[in-house]
Amino acid sequence: MYNFDFVKPGSVADAVAALAGEEAQPLSGGQTLIPSMKARLNAPGSLVSLTGIPELVGVCREGDTLVIGAATTHAQVARDAAGDFPGLAALAGQIGDPAVRNKGTIGGSLANNDPSACYPAAALGTGATIVTDRREIAADDYFQGMFTTALEEGEIITSVRLPIPQASAYAKFVQPASRFALTAAFVARYASGVRVAITGASENGVFRWAEAEAALSSDFSANALDGLAHSAHEMIADLHGTAAYRAHLVGVMTRRAVAAAGS
Amino acid sequence: MPKDDGIGASTKRREDTRFLTGNGKYTDDINLRGQTYVHFLRSDVAHGRIKGIDSSAAEAMDGVLRVFTAADFDSAGGIPCGWQVTDKHGQPMQEPKHPILAEGKVRHVGDPICAVVAETYAQARDAAEAIEVDIEELEPVVDMKAALKDGATKVHDDLSSNLCYDWGFVEENKDAVNEAFNNAAHVVSLELTNNRLVANPMEPRVAVGDYDPWGDSHTLYTTSQNPHVIRLLMGAFVLNIPEHKLRVVAPDVGGGFGSKIYHYAEEAFCTYAAKVLKRPVKWTSSRSEAFISDAHGRDHKTKIELALDADHNFTALRTETYANMGAYLSTFAPSIPTWLHGTLMAGNYKTPLIYVNVKAVFTNTVPVDAYRGAGRPEATFQIERLVDKAARELGVDPIELRRQNFIKPEEFPYQTPVAVVYDTGNYHATMDKMLELSDYAGFEARRAESAARGKLRGFGIAHYIEACGIAPSNLVGQLGARAGLYESASVRVNATGSISVYTGSHSHGQGHETTFAQVVAEMIGVDANSIEIHHGDTSNTPMGMGTYGSRSLAVGGSAIVKATNKIIDKAKKIAAHLLEAAPEDIELKDGKFSVAGTDKSVDWSGVTLAAYVPHNYPLEELEPGLEETAFYDPSNFTYPSGAYGCEVELDPETGKIDILRFIAADDFGNIVNPMIVEGQVHGGLAQGIGQALLENCVYDDQGQLLSGSYMDYTMPRADDMRGFTVDHSCVTPCTHNPLGVKGCGEAGAIGSPPAVVNAAIDALHRAGHTHITHIDMPLTPSRVWAAMNG
Ligand SMILES: Cc1cc2nc3c(=O)[nH]c(=O)nc-3n(C[C@H](O)[C@H](O)[C@H](O)COP(=O)(O)OP(=O)(O)OC[C@H]3O[C@@H](n4cnc5c(N)ncnc54)[C@H](O)[C@@H]3O)c2cc1C
Repeated sequence: MYNFDFVKPGSVADAVAALAGEEAQPLSGGQTLIPSMKARLNAPGSLVSLTGIPELVGVCREGDTLVIGAATTHAQVARDAAGDFPGLAALAGQIGDPAVRNKGTIGGSLANNDPSACYPAAALGTGATIVTDRREIAADDYFQGMFTTALEEGEIITSVRLPIPQASAYAKFVQPASRFALTAAFVARYASGVRVAITGASENGVFRWAEAEAALSSDFSANALDGLAHSAHEMIADLHGTAAYRAHLVGVMTRRAVAAAGS
Repeated sequence: MPKDDGIGASTKRREDTRFLTGNGKYTDDINLRGQTYVHFLRSDVAHGRIKGIDSSAAEAMDGVLRVFTAADFDSAGGIPCGWQVTDKHGQPMQEPKHPILAEGKVRHVGDPICAVVAETYAQARDAAEAIEVDIEELEPVVDMKAALKDGATKVHDDLSSNLCYDWGFVEENKDAVNEAFNNAAHVVSLELTNNRLVANPMEPRVAVGDYDPWGDSHTLYTTSQNPHVIRLLMGAFVLNIPEHKLRVVAPDVGGGFGSKIYHYAEEAFCTYAAKVLKRPVKWTSSRSEAFISDAHGRDHKTKIELALDADHNFTALRTETYANMGAYLSTFAPSIPTWLHGTLMAGNYKTPLIYVNVKAVFTNTVPVDAYRGAGRPEATFQIERLVDKAARELGVDPIELRRQNFIKPEEFPYQTPVAVVYDTGNYHATMDKMLELSDYAGFEARRAESAARGKLRGFGIAHYIEACGIAPSNLVGQLGARAGLYESASVRVNATGSISVYTGSHSHGQGHETTFAQVVAEMIGVDANSIEIHHGDTSNTPMGMGTYGSRSLAVGGSAIVKATNKIIDKAKKIAAHLLEAAPEDIELKDGKFSVAGTDKSVDWSGVTLAAYVPHNYPLEELEPGLEETAFYDPSNFTYPSGAYGCEVELDPETGKIDILRFIAADDFGNIVNPMIVEGQVHGGLAQGIGQALLENCVYDDQGQLLSGSYMDYTMPRADDMRGFTVDHSCVTPCTHNPLGVKGCGEAGAIGSPPAVVNAAIDALHRAGHTHITHIDMPLTPSRVWAAMNG
């Protein structure tokens, strides 16, 4: 790790001001940023901690929407979303281990947009709105490929607004070593139709599986996916699985998510 | 009933209190006054020529004391190899120099080029980034077979090729073996890989070098399984420091699994630099550094063939193995694929003719050496996979095929065609025990239940033999070992009767402080709490060879028994004097000496006090004091064996394998502490299952390590295991050591991989995937799925 300055502002305005500084970077749970700094892969001049800003923490329901503060930990989401949005709570409960869940946050995960991360599937699979210090971004516009998002320099996520589905589930097949998603599917059913988001599989990061959405919108059952197969084109191939294997898992995990969501 | 803390008691491990409360004293806990820190700048390319090193900017940086390069070690030797293998033509292996810091070339990712010593670790690391190393990249040698092709790039320019040795065993039998294959009714063959593993002990390696200019003496604190071996190798061969000026201390060590046997460059560096700088020098490996600097394990590619007669008796076995040595020869590397592997190729069977060929190859990868089991897992995996395949091809029951070819209980001692003599064993008994404990009879019902859920269930078995308790010194000397493999013990009885035992074995998780105390407590009949076991410091223990190869109780324990017997003999003479009787009439029981047939007695502390306050004492015949040293050199290896059963459930949609049951029925001979033995088996099974399903050390074709962190190297975790059934009720005591013990440290890692793979293949075959005859380890979901859909 290299030397850096550390500030812990108490308001979003102060945080944004601090981030205007030279080589400043927001720090949330630190579960991604700190390890990369320890490996000397990342060298911010100053870290602006977001976890001391009260308005960034918490889970609350506003009508049919669940609003989660960006600095809310995975553990808190697993606990506090369980009643209103069990599919999301279950997803949060499968991230990492207890230490990671009690430090890592939804805002950090969405800002990082790791192609194998879990939350991007929920955000895209619900058609969430990413709220920042300066605007609101639809999930469909927010995710722009591996580790790439619509966020501008110095822009911070303040909250995420997720439409609560009638039924939903996340089916995760873990990469054996890291236990991030090797391939995982988030399926959410709304009156307006079904959304299916896949993470872990694609070289382009999280994506929606349009054919599955169409099939499930007319018949929300695993059988509706019969005969559907995802192409292996632009799927990730690495030590843990070939592109063909991941493409195959897209189908398996989507079915399992549908079955788990019930009707 | 065993005594609370004597032989046979599951005494709780006394060392655990300090470990579990965070009070162990590990090498990294040692911080000396004026200590400095070293950071090694390591190669990030697999193969390259060093054209120049400019460290001037680094040397000018804050806190930097000095930057060392190979030039600073002109007068030092290379890191020595402790075993010389002779090839099939009678020629010695090719043995390249292994410098402390890279000389002229870098030969693997992680090869240290410069060492930066600074006031703080961060300063050393910062300065290392300011060093400019000009490296001309060379073609990396990664694949073993390609490395042996004519004209292949050489890892070592001064060697004739990348072949370390081409070993044939038993070379004289080669023609007879081939003849047997020509005459065979059936021949079954299999090509397989024994996957490369990283040991990953919980505690990474650490070294602290210290120098006392007034006494011109050195101390090295290091994470070692064998401090005396390090003192010998480093003192005599690398730094030219005589033993009396060099103390090596290995305090609490957090696991080794073989990787902490070897003498490493970082140890020599810290020892040497402490003298140059006149300040202590400390190195603490990071986990990432451990992946590219700790010796790796396994990495064999083998073709194995079995010949059978018309009645399915095994008539001959033949193998050809390529064994990866990595870039340099680690301390015991050459012996692993040869003497610790070839000699085990008979397995539990009466195969009369065996020929083993091993080609050891240099590549641009981290050196490979012993890892839990060392050669024996490789042998067992080949044999037990092949026997299973043979049963399938011949359409016979794999259990019956094994039983038919087992060495029978009445046939011991049994001379194998691969040099060793098994003293005892009863393979039929362990097999029966395992089948009973696994409810083999109920398997079909369980399989049907899995099938109803869309899952494939399979049952796999493996029966292993291993050779532990290394080893008779004269024998290993003939085989090329450059060391003896005895063990030492000193038993110092104190005036009030408490006992301090100094052992040359080293404990790094095995629980010796408990087990060894139980042995002495049983022999003398005193409370184990009055006995303290000391190890790990060359300044107070006699020259010992350390802990590996499941040798500690069989060899180190035997030395303790020998020394304790000397103590008892002398104590009886003292007691005889005090009781005015003849020594032959003195009996020792429950810590009391009595004259046979009388009620005259003196207790233990009465005798020990007399030894040190010899007022009423036979001074003309007996020296005062009560302290004895013994060295024990075993007359043979010990041969633990056992039957392992594994029941798996395979998800055909994803290829994921779950282990539902694992049953281990081992014959370890006599057992001192059953609980510790169970723990050892559990640990071994976790690592064996890890190898079979999870762990894999992978290089790409550029020699870059793809699995260089826990993000990609899959360590086994608690939820990968569902509990084990472990049994050691089948006992055929070792015939040649005083405790009748065999060793249990590696068995789990040796017997489990073939059991797991056999179970997976069984599940696939029962579900109709009969084209799948083998899947290489680790059987990851993607590999299994690819095999099913290939
Ligand atoms: C052992 C381990 C296992 C894990 N397993 C999983 C898993 O199974 N699934 C999974 O999804 N993740 C997993 N993670 C990642 C974990 O969920 C991280 O917490 C998450 O990816 C990042 O969140 P954080 O709060 O820790 O962010 P940080 O590490 O603090 O920050 C990450 C990045 O986001 C930026 N950032 C943070 N907050 C904001 C914000 N509000 N606005 C703008 N930018 C911001 C930071 O500057 C940084 O670039 C694992 C991590 C570890 C260490």
